[in-house]
Amino acid sequence: MSYRPSTGKTRNMTMIQALRSAMDVMLGRDENVVVFGQDVGYFGGVFRCTEGLQTKYGTSRVFDAPISEGGIVGAAVGMGAYGLRPVVEIQFADYFYPATDQIVSEAARLRYRSAGDFIAPLTIRMPCGGGIFGGQTHSQSPEALFTHVSGLRTVMPSNPYDAKGMLIAAIECDDPVIFLEPKRLYNGPFDGHHDQPVVPWSKHPMGAVPEGYYSIPLESASVFRPGRDLTVLTYGTMVFVAEVAAQESGIDAEIIDLRSIWPLDIDTVLASVRKTGRCVVLHEATQTSGFGAELVSLVQEHCFYHLEAPIERIAGWDTPYPHAHEWAYFPSPARVSEAFRRVMGGTPGREVQEDRFTAGREG
Amino acid sequence: MRQTKPLRLHVPEPSGRPGHATDFSYLRLAPAGEMRKPPVDTSAYDTRDLAISLVRVLDDEGRAVGPWAEERIDPELLRKGLRVMIKTRSYDARMLIAQRQKKMSFYMQSLGEEAIGTAQALALTKGDMCFPSYRQQNLLIAQDVPLVDMMCQLFSNERDSLKGRQLPVMYSMREHGFFSISGNLATQFVQAVGWAMASAIKGDTRIASAWIGDGATAASDFQTALTFAHVYQAPVILNVINNQWAISSFQAIAGGESTTFAARGIGSGIASIRADGNDFLAVYAVSKWAVERARNNLGPTLIEWVSYRAGPHSTSDDPSKYRPADDWARFPLGDPIERLKKHLILEGHWSEEEHNRTQKECEAEVIAAQKEAESYGTLATGRSSSVATMFEDVYKDMPWHLRRQRQQAGV
Repeated sequence: MSYRPSTGKTRNMTMIQALRSAMDVMLGRDENVVVFGQDVGYFGGVFRCTEGLQTKYGTSRVFDAPISEGGIVGAAVGMGAYGLRPVVEIQFADYFYPATDQIVSEAARLRYRSAGDFIAPLTIRMPCGGGIFGGQTHSQSPEALFTHVSGLRTVMPSNPYDAKGMLIAAIECDDPVIFLEPKRLYNGPFDGHHDQPVVPWSKHPMGAVPEGYYSIPLESASVFRPGRDLTVLTYGTMVFVAEVAAQESGIDAEIIDLRSIWPLDIDTVLASVRKTGRCVVLHEATQTSGFGAELVSLVQEHCFYHLEAPIERIAGWDTPYPHAHEWAYFPSPARVSEAFRRVMGGTPGREVQEDRFTAGREG
Repeated sequence: MRQTKPLRLHVPEPSGRPGHATDFSYLRLAPAGEMRKPPVDTSAYDTRDLAISLVRVLDDEGRAVGPWAEERIDPELLRKGLRVMIKTRSYDARMLIAQRQKKMSFYMQSLGEEAIGTAQALALTKGDMCFPSYRQQNLLIAQDVPLVDMMCQLFSNERDSLKGRQLPVMYSMREHGFFSISGNLATQFVQAVGWAMASAIKGDTRIASAWIGDGATAASDFQTALTFAHVYQAPVILNVINNQWAISSFQAIAGGESTTFAARGIGSGIASIRADGNDFLAVYAVSKWAVERARNNLGPTLIEWVSYRAGPHSTSDDPSKYRPADDWARFPLGDPIERLKKHLILEGHWSEEEHNRTQKECEAEVIAAQKEAESYGTLATGRSSSVATMFEDVYKDMPWHLRRQRQQAGV
């Protein structure tokens, strides 16, 4: 496993603490940074991500907001136009939809439509992803709804170190950034083995986070695990699922943590696939028109003559996120291992037995 | 068990339709001078009578009467206001013709609504920020923004500061306190509140002025803006222009039947006033009052301006398909230009000759500006910003995929 080594004085942090530290650092460095959202102020956030910040910086810098996602983002757009740098929270990614107009029609296009007269340097934090028995409205991964929008940057960290560095970069960025936080990773890494005890970040090297300021450039992917056999393009929780699948399958997978989903680090992606000649795309979000389709298309377009096997795509099923069937839905290490083996030319698994699904339609 | 009749869906209808005169009695009018002027630190609750009646200053003879007229307005300001209104109307008329000549794809007039933006613009201070809808061109004209700059946007020509990216009339002029116009209705209403909150967060003295039409009050961002403005006591003026029409929909279909839009403010805990939008003196006095409230940290104000959309909704609209042709002539609040003209003549600050001269001067100014703007191209001549600029400003720095697409586009 490789990761960017920390510099300066570090402390063990969970992803929650790392995100809080990023906001603390930026509130301290830039007096135009303001933080608000539902339950974000006095209470410190339903996930504790903003705990203590209101006490430290005052109610005019960190405050509670009415339950109105459109209002939170719309007010933030206005604040950005004034010259502030708002960092707002949508309590769950599943609840961003009422703010869609303000995100898509306003924040994303303000710089373009005004030719730079006004900008929207917002960061919109949203806890996302499943694996926590969150059911339909506490588990979604809506990244593809943002990556399709010109003018937005969509990012997702997979560990405390990246979370802090990326959040600082997002806050400093003059473009609107959708900052998706896999809540399954808030307290520790998760590889999909839900029947095994959870390891806290304090026992993981990526839990070591510098206390002060640092940033991780947007549009930079990380080679999470170097390998020779195939390339896995993924982000968020699935990084750890891919890692354990590589161990369990014995396939030397090179795991690319995209970190910035779109615009992405195309050079790192293409270099890896051209090296390995094989590619698996992996995400929690539903498959059809998911971001994986864009990844498959990019790899096909740019690496066609290097490919030795069809590109595989492992994603959430095309259903709403279920409650009771969580582990049949969440892409498991076994499903990912199976995809690895198929791509390496092993025995075709059940997902390529086409007659199984065409038969139903014909019969 | 008692028998009840089957339920019936209520769908509001305007009283007037093509060939059938409108009954304007629904307007809840009040005589000029009748409504009181509360102190600027009034509570929202204490403005409820003002939210369901109508503040008017100019009476039928053109006299300024009542408590809202007590603070004398400098005649020079009124003369300036009249000139701006005349200029706006000349501009609209000329641009309508230019659209018909295909020099631009689209235009929207503000005919009949010239007093509202003009008077409020003159009540605001440089540095304040307006969040307009697409029918507040007078906010710019009142600040003497060069008409040629506005026209270049309309013509999408090589001097269009928005580089041909925006539909005509969707101006953006930060320097003139005029926020970038969006096609998506009501979005700016809550953004204005956010801007005002930012000003308060920074301990600034600038205030925001938000603009919305009667139809767009039905959009969720309207209520959201009221909630946020009230919760954070944001220094913002929330202007609702009730011109009675949202394209073909009468204001009743937006929720105006048996109520007022100002009344929505009362329910949200915001001091609210309903005023005659065609009465320049009323617009100025009420705007001043709201400005003072906001500037003194006394909170937001909602103002419903009662007016009438005298022209078509846009160049793509034909109002004769849904409302009487002579509707504006019968609208009880008249024409804002005629009413201010009458007042100024009565007061000895204006004359027919000056009016005619001003009209000619404004027309000449518009024609000269148009000539200059056309020298930089129009949609018809195809002289616009370079296609390469199409890929700029999507992000602060152009990402790899846009650089690649720009190459693919051959620019």
